[in-house]
Amino acid sequence: MKARVEVFLKAGVLDVQGKAIEGALHGLGFSGVSSVRVGKTISFDLPGDDAQAAHEQVTAMCETLLANTVIEGYRVEIAA
Amino acid sequence: MTRAAVVVFPGSNCDRDCKTAIERSTGASVDMVWHQDSDLPAGVDLVVLPGGFSYGDYLRCGAMAAQSPVMGAVRAAADRGVAVVGICNGFQVLCEAGILPGALLRNAALKYVCKFVELDIVNGQTRFTAGYGGRRDAMMTVGNGEGNFFADEDTLDRLEGEGQVVFRYRTNPNGSARGIAGIVNVRGNVLGLMPHPDRSFEAELGSADGAVLFQSALASA
Repeated sequence: MKARVEVFLKAGVLDVQGKAIEGALHGLGFSGVSSVRVGKTISFDLPGDDAQAAHEQVTAMCETLLANTVIEGYRVEIAA
Repeated sequence: MTRAAVVVFPGSNCDRDCKTAIERSTGASVDMVWHQDSDLPAGVDLVVLPGGFSYGDYLRCGAMAAQSPVMGAVRAAADRGVAVVGICNGFQVLCEAGILPGALLRNAALKYVCKFVELDIVNGQTRFTAGYGGRRDAMMTVGNGEGNFFADEDTLDRLEGEGQVVFRYRTNPNGSARGIAGIVNVRGNVLGLMPHPDRSFEAELGSADGAVLFQSALASA
């Protein structure tokens, strides 16, 4: 199975990379751009074909390592 | 003789600075402990997590180091009341491990900041600051790209209310919430700080104020 995890800073946590990118986009003339946020994607393979079990396992990975839930949220997608 | 241990992660780069700083400022014997070890030296009085870039700062600063085998022993030592100090990357590791509250974000101005900072000693009653003898200021250096302390408002209020804020920047170099430079846990035996006492332990380095922190930590051992 393919697992795909998106990790992003929570709303309200200052995303300075997003701010810098927003400023650069404005500088290039894309003046309407706002609320730029930068996250990351982590993808990997898992054995087995039980999507529910895989989802639970990947959620546990997010809680212990892949995300810092003090500052970050995450989304888990499992595909065959 | 008092004993200290400095944990070495792959990518630590202040481990030997810490060893030298502790030896010269306190006379304690200092063991280096590899991150894959699951035990600390018996009878250790002070454990230091040094600065650097453990695991190349991959994923998040301190995230991987927080999961390494030695951290089980560090957590157990903290639970026994042993003094633990996390400096810079070590502070990030303690937060990632959940031993201290909050997290360290990228600096608000997106710049790596490396300079002397004047600190307010907000709580001079901790086991790490008692040696300052009522002094309210200390000078140390910072060197960080992700030293911007963050916690939610309730946590910040609690930290301030319980005297857990130990050091505060006089001029905030990185956007840290409420100018916080260093905090202790509820019990008061675990300190995390972004400034480097290990780089300010002799007058020749521009300040000897960091030596007092190590002396205090071991005086109460």
